Amino acid sequence: MDRMNIVIVGHVDHGKSTVIGRLLADTGSLPDGKLEQVKATCAKNAKPFEYAFLLDALKDEQSQGITIDAARCFFHTKKREYIVIDAPGHIEFLKNMITGAARAEAALLVIDAKEGILENSKRHGYLLSMLGIRQVAVLVNKMDLVGYSEETFRAIEKEYGDFLKGFNVKPDAFIPMSAMNGVNMIARSSEMPWYRGLTVLEQLDTFQHESSSEAYPFRFPVQDIYKFTEQDDDRRILAGTVYTGKIKAGEEVIFLPSKKRTRIKAIEEFNTPPKQEAAAGEAIGFTTETQLYIKPGELMVKAGDPLPAVSTRFKATLFWMGHDPLVKGKKYKLKLGAARVSLRLVEVLSVLDTSEQTLSSRKEQVDRHDVAECVFETSKPVAFDKAADLPETGRFVIVDHYEIAGAGIILEAFAEDRSILREHVARREQIWERSAIDAGKRAATYGHRPGFILIVGKVHTGKQMIAKTLEERLVQKGLKAFYLGISNLISGIGSELPTGGESQEEVVRQLGELGRIITESGQIFITTASDLDDADIETLRILNTPNEILVLNVGESQLDRVKPDLRFEPWSEVEEAIGRIFSWLKQKRIIPS
Amino acid sequence: MDTLKKLEAQSIHILRESYKEFKSLVMLWSIGKDSTVLLWLARKAFFGHVPLPLLHIDTHFKIPEMIAYRDKLAADWHLNLVYGENAAALAAKQTFPDGKVDRLTCCKSLKSEALKHTLSGEWPRYAFDHKLGSYVQEKNPQPYTGVIVGVRADEEGSRSKERYFSPRDKQNDWNIGDQPPELWHQYKTDFAPGTHVRVHPLLDWTELNIWEYIDREQIPILPLYFNNGKGLRYRSLGCYPCTGAVKSEARNVKEIIEELRTGKFSNIAERSGRAQDKEDGGGLETLRREGYM
Repeated sequence: MDRMNIVIVGHVDHGKSTVIGRLLADTGSLPDGKLEQVKATCAKNAKPFEYAFLLDALKDEQSQGITIDAARCFFHTKKREYIVIDAPGHIEFLKNMITGAARAEAALLVIDAKEGILENSKRHGYLLSMLGIRQVAVLVNKMDLVGYSEETFRAIEKEYGDFLKGFNVKPDAFIPMSAMNGVNMIARSSEMPWYRGLTVLEQLDTFQHESSSEAYPFRFPVQDIYKFTEQDDDRRILAGTVYTGKIKAGEEVIFLPSKKRTRIKAIEEFNTPPKQEAAAGEAIGFTTETQLYIKPGELMVKAGDPLPAVSTRFKATLFWMGHDPLVKGKKYKLKLGAARVSLRLVEVLSVLDTSEQTLSSRKEQVDRHDVAECVFETSKPVAFDKAADLPETGRFVIVDHYEIAGAGIILEAFAEDRSILREHVARREQIWERSAIDAGKRAATYGHRPGFILIVGKVHTGKQMIAKTLEERLVQKGLKAFYLGISNLISGIGSELPTGGESQEEVVRQLGELGRIITESGQIFITTASDLDDADIETLRILNTPNEILVLNVGESQLDRVKPDLRFEPWSEVEEAIGRIFSWLKQKRIIPS
Repeated sequence: MDTLKKLEAQSIHILRESYKEFKSLVMLWSIGKDSTVLLWLARKAFFGHVPLPLLHIDTHFKIPEMIAYRDKLAADWHLNLVYGENAAALAAKQTFPDGKVDRLTCCKSLKSEALKHTLSGEWPRYAFDHKLGSYVQEKNPQPYTGVIVGVRADEEGSRSKERYFSPRDKQNDWNIGDQPPELWHQYKTDFAPGTHVRVHPLLDWTELNIWEYIDREQIPILPLYFNNGKGLRYRSLGCYPCTGAVKSEARNVKEIIEELRTGKFSNIAERSGRAQDKEDGGGLETLRREGYM
């Protein structure tokens, strides 16, 4: 049977739970005896029965008397089955409302005819549009309390319709009704002969499933890369969910931000006949013709399709749910598709008061429950689309102290910049305490200039052997060289790092700062690192300012824009490699000829 | 995509996300239809492999066919299967079938307590050795901090409020009022040290979806779910002293689907054969707060 998720939103006490209770009861979707049982409990406790009590599946919810979470209930019409998500109307539970609404394809927004349009009526209306829910019916509830007055109904219809028009939302219907009395819920009633529209249930059945996003450009965030060798499986599979579009075996793909290209070799799925095409919505896997050095978090797109933006800066509309405000100078975690990078707030452009629809541009931070337009900068380039073009790859969440604290949609991509890092370095250099011995004096004494030699490439390619031999040869010549094993950094200074994606970023940062200090001391600093990309090298380069960084690559390169100063084959002959490095250090006038 | 395909994709996405994000991850396998579908979905998610351990809490009162089926699938599918138990309560016969405690206390002790201490690694775990074909005690059991569980929202009230990724604090507490937001394929995957997470990939599935999927994928399922010839079948499996059969003529998966579609059971709770739920008004909710899954 066909199924649709719908959400019921609206201000607290405007009757959402009653609407759901009615839908469950009147469509015969309650377990036998449930209605009687709840009525009996009410009688026992001498309180009047309400349909809303049917939903109170949990004890503490009954004691609080408000819906605290987006609970799911099931009911069905002749046409299909519905999962109705009851989103709480209380402001404290706005993140639950978001969770509920984000799962829905259509929304019923309930407004109390007597109380009229209140703060959360507006806020919820705004958030529905931000969440991308296009099908909305507004239920003007409790019409019995206003004597089923057409005038009251039309006034709300006008005022709320105008409000929604402000951000391009046009509701599918306004329905005057009374959930408590079952008026215009399932059956049309005689109380409002002036209303000729659909009942709530009829309206639900007119909602359409979201049209498939297969026609859009192909977007596949690489969730993970598997190589399970058990039972002689030698496939290296890119796993993930196709967000939009479709792709066939043999077609050319591009990974972003790394810009690597290859072709789809096969579409992988377990226990299904072989298939030639994968389309939007499928959780699937791909093998590629060449085994590229890419990481989870990249976005795989189809060559020839409109490309997403790749940048470190963008403008977004954001909804903030965090206990602490969103502030400048603090590091957050961005989750966009499969990408996870750190993120900082650059600027608050405006904060929207959803209830009044006014803009405040004088705010420096974003508080809980604010909707704001902001500019963000990430620590590394991310691939994304403008939400207006492709909502699926144009939206993100922000993690603050382990919690999803913000959700946003991207309005515009800005040119890539590392302004926050550069500002940091500028500040650092400004207050840098200089010793009595300047760089020139040091170089003259030591007989060479300082340098940061970074050897990158895949693991197990012989990087360390080159690095250690280089240190040895330099020291043998009386030069001041120092090799740092990256694991010494990680298990020492970096031992308090979180595990997972962010830790690599932090290691890179520490390495950059350390490079700055060691090169300041006049030494030749040598280290090795695996899995570094363009952005990491850029970070190191900026952090190491004003001193130089020299990049050596061993084996297949992960780099695109950054051109290594020297390249070596994996497990090159060491003495030959050292010879090349020496002549190049001489050429760069780091060591004397 | 039809409903089943969408549900499958969503569950697979969640399984992959948890495998990516959590280092110490385990999947609970009760041997019932739901967690067996979950296990099948793991094979789908990981392309025929199951790269994470499966944990079964053995109360030693399970219907015997369940254990035989468990061990057969473990061998056939190359599963890393582990079981745990409340050895002390079993030895002291502190159980409902032994007449010493009531049903809820028995459940709490043989399931919730056993689960809690098996997850933490405090109590012994026994892993299936594929060469020996039998169970061997794990040498150095480490705590599991991510637990994948096959609960469904339509089963019962308290389950309808779960998240796909549901944090539990150090005391195992579930703070229903302050759950993380979930939207746009993004879940709470960042955790402070000491907290752990339960992952619920089947949250949006219904009992009928489960059977339709078993049928579509031809997932091997225990015959206990079918009419035993006496017009009775199990709709939900558990310990034999507390699990009752329902009246049904359904003899195979297709007939169960037909039966469910007629709405025959639509007004009878799926767990109605599970006696522990009825001990007080909120039996299962109380159990769940204390760690029952």
